[in-house]
Amino acid sequence: MARNIQKTFAGIHALSDVSLEIRSGDIHALMGENGAGKSTLMNILAGLFQPDSGEIHLRGRPVIIKNPHDAIRKGIAMIHQELMPIPDMTVAENIALGHEPTLGMAGWIDRHAMKQEAERLLGLLGVNISATRTMRELSVAEIQTVEIARALGRNAGLLIMDEPTSAISDREVEALFAVIRTLARSGVAIVYISHKMDEIFRIADTITVLRDGKYVGTHPAVDLDKRKLISLMVGRDLTATILEDRKVHGEPVLEVNRLGKTGLFREISFNLRRGEILGVAGLMGAGRTEVMNALFGLDPADTGDIVVNKKKARIRCPADAMRLGIGMVTEDRKGCGIVPTMTVEHNTTLSALTRCCAGEFIIHKREHAIIDENIQLFGIKTSGRRQEINQLSGGNQQKVVIAKTLLTQPSIVILDEPTRGIDIGAKAEVYAIINRLAREGKAVILVSSELPEILSLTDRILVMRQGSVAAELDPRQTSQEEILKYAMPI
Amino acid sequence: MQCPSDKSKSAMLAYVLKQYGIVIALILICTALSFCSPHFLTWPNLITVTRQISLNGILAVGVTFVLLTGGVDLSLGSLVALTGVVAASFAHPGDYPLIIPVMAGILAGMACGAANGVVITRGRVAPFIVTLGMMTIARGLALVISGGKPVSNMSPSMTRLGGDFLGLPIPVLVLCGISAVSWLFLKNVRLGRYIYAVGGNENAARAAGINVNGVKLLAYTICGAMAGLAGVILAARITTGQPNAGLAYELDAIAAAVIGGTSLSGGIGGVGGTLLGALLMGVINNGLDLLNVSSYYQQIVKGIIIVGAVWLDRKHGK
Repeated sequence: MARNIQKTFAGIHALSDVSLEIRSGDIHALMGENGAGKSTLMNILAGLFQPDSGEIHLRGRPVIIKNPHDAIRKGIAMIHQELMPIPDMTVAENIALGHEPTLGMAGWIDRHAMKQEAERLLGLLGVNISATRTMRELSVAEIQTVEIARALGRNAGLLIMDEPTSAISDREVEALFAVIRTLARSGVAIVYISHKMDEIFRIADTITVLRDGKYVGTHPAVDLDKRKLISLMVGRDLTATILEDRKVHGEPVLEVNRLGKTGLFREISFNLRRGEILGVAGLMGAGRTEVMNALFGLDPADTGDIVVNKKKARIRCPADAMRLGIGMVTEDRKGCGIVPTMTVEHNTTLSALTRCCAGEFIIHKREHAIIDENIQLFGIKTSGRRQEINQLSGGNQQKVVIAKTLLTQPSIVILDEPTRGIDIGAKAEVYAIINRLAREGKAVILVSSELPEILSLTDRILVMRQGSVAAELDPRQTSQEEILKYAMPI
Repeated sequence: MQCPSDKSKSAMLAYVLKQYGIVIALILICTALSFCSPHFLTWPNLITVTRQISLNGILAVGVTFVLLTGGVDLSLGSLVALTGVVAASFAHPGDYPLIIPVMAGILAGMACGAANGVVITRGRVAPFIVTLGMMTIARGLALVISGGKPVSNMSPSMTRLGGDFLGLPIPVLVLCGISAVSWLFLKNVRLGRYIYAVGGNENAARAAGINVNGVKLLAYTICGAMAGLAGVILAARITTGQPNAGLAYELDAIAAAVIGGTSLSGGIGGVGGTLLGALLMGVINNGLDLLNVSSYYQQIVKGIIIVGAVWLDRKHGK
């Protein structure tokens, strides 16, 4: 199907030379860690992105998929992780959306035909959902089935499903699998993306593994087992970052007791000492970011205690957290890291503006001095402090965000995916900063999806799975395989 | 606010146009007008222009604060009427010293602005809706307080506020004063910087420890206070509190800010641009007056300028 696909984002290879062949009637699982390139590849097939090179063949003929609409016309349908129904329309209307059957020239919608078609498609899938119900009344699993029916209605020859079971119950998974098998029997090719190993082995005929944007291999599912699959997924060398010898840890500065938030995480307990780097590993959606957001007051927890410097803390907003000496580099740099309309200087000093002030007045000379010092300290590559932050590369933007956080002089630093989307050089610089922070006696929490990073930088690793702590591991005595074993949903 | 890294001629031109486009436009129009009409470049006419823009200027500076946070305020025109009526009610001869009606007008504006801010931040209702509601409420209040009739019989000390001081119109002096203070506030005060941050990226501002709701509340309150000030001045100039005054003033104020480069999505712009925007609108109106163009056509021209200014800004901004 797809041959030698390459895709580069801002100088970073998201995919290089990936080939994938999917046969009709095949249930093809696509596996890989976060950032392995699964989503990029599927988005290319679904017409959301264009490949930089390589070609796509459909039924033996080379094709160009211009946009999602074009993909649908060519028989490729994608069911996203986040479903997008129109909640106040009926099941039949949603299934027909975009190609409603019409009567005559005026384009009157033929409601009867629309309902019949919906019932026919749902019947093919062997499910019992009334076509006249509104989408709002349906469960997540039912919405998924409707989306599949919609894809079927477009005569999709290839159906891509991205983590379809992430939000549905076990019983519903069974029903979904029955639907998928029915589809496959009727000759539809299915690409199934999931992190859940057990599911993969239950549903998939063929498994393709991607790693770091590269093609690792395709195997019949029967030839693999869980252990072999994990080693294919992680089998990369550890980057040569030397674990610094920092065995002496000081006082505990942070204690988290049975922190919980409905639907996101529960019973989270851990502690953190001065000079320690605590790694938090887990898959996307395991609740890592949510716990960090609760600690920093971005989205406070419902239950449990946070104890900072032996005093019980109430953290309701980031300002509270900052007063307690907690600083955080958020996962979403564009969303809540930078202010895109401001200069490098104004972004850097935003959190610690009082340090540049006499009373309420900003002393520009003081601000300039601080920013010049930080540009040098963090090696921020910029044409000057008045450059707009938008014009900086991702890595340099990240360094600005880190500098901004550290200017508040926190004693506890939370770094959520600090190296995501930045190039290798900038990564190394970020690692050096993390090590320096620990040496200076700060307590660091490093949330990362890159296991080599966690293994080589941290003193202790928490593995999160489905909203709770699955294991606490010693990086010197564990391996990527073991971490992944705990991280995989059961 | 930044020099182009690529010093090629076209990049330089785009940069100059973006930074100084409105100044260039203003100079070109003034030059043309001074050739077309012998009256344009005369002291009395220039004073007239500034007097004409002073009310719109004050409102535009006020609304700039709100626009910078990414919000909007549609209640300004009604607030002008309400605060004018309130001020006039306290300004009958022999009632109170001048400071009382002036403060009453400003405080009434502040209160309405603060009410806007509270509902927008605490109630999480869109600024468009909240201030649209306030537009009607304030107009209604003005009619209730005045009984639907102009509030007249104003003390001479109050009407003098609409006149001159040392040969310069007092409204113009007020505009200069509040512009200078606002400019300093946005450039040099911590909260001023926070206003830009909130408008640029609300989530990042919050994550930086900024009290986002507090900043927004402040912006709407300042905007309301400016509307109060404008209301007092208008009442003094027309020597009555008119419950029907100020119709659609908010649109002219927003237009001036936008022509001056303030972004409706927040985070970009400032008082300097807003003043130039108000000046540009005033000069063009004055020029069309001098050239005896019908006021019907003036409306069309104003509309074209608003859209054109933003369009040009977009083209060269990218």
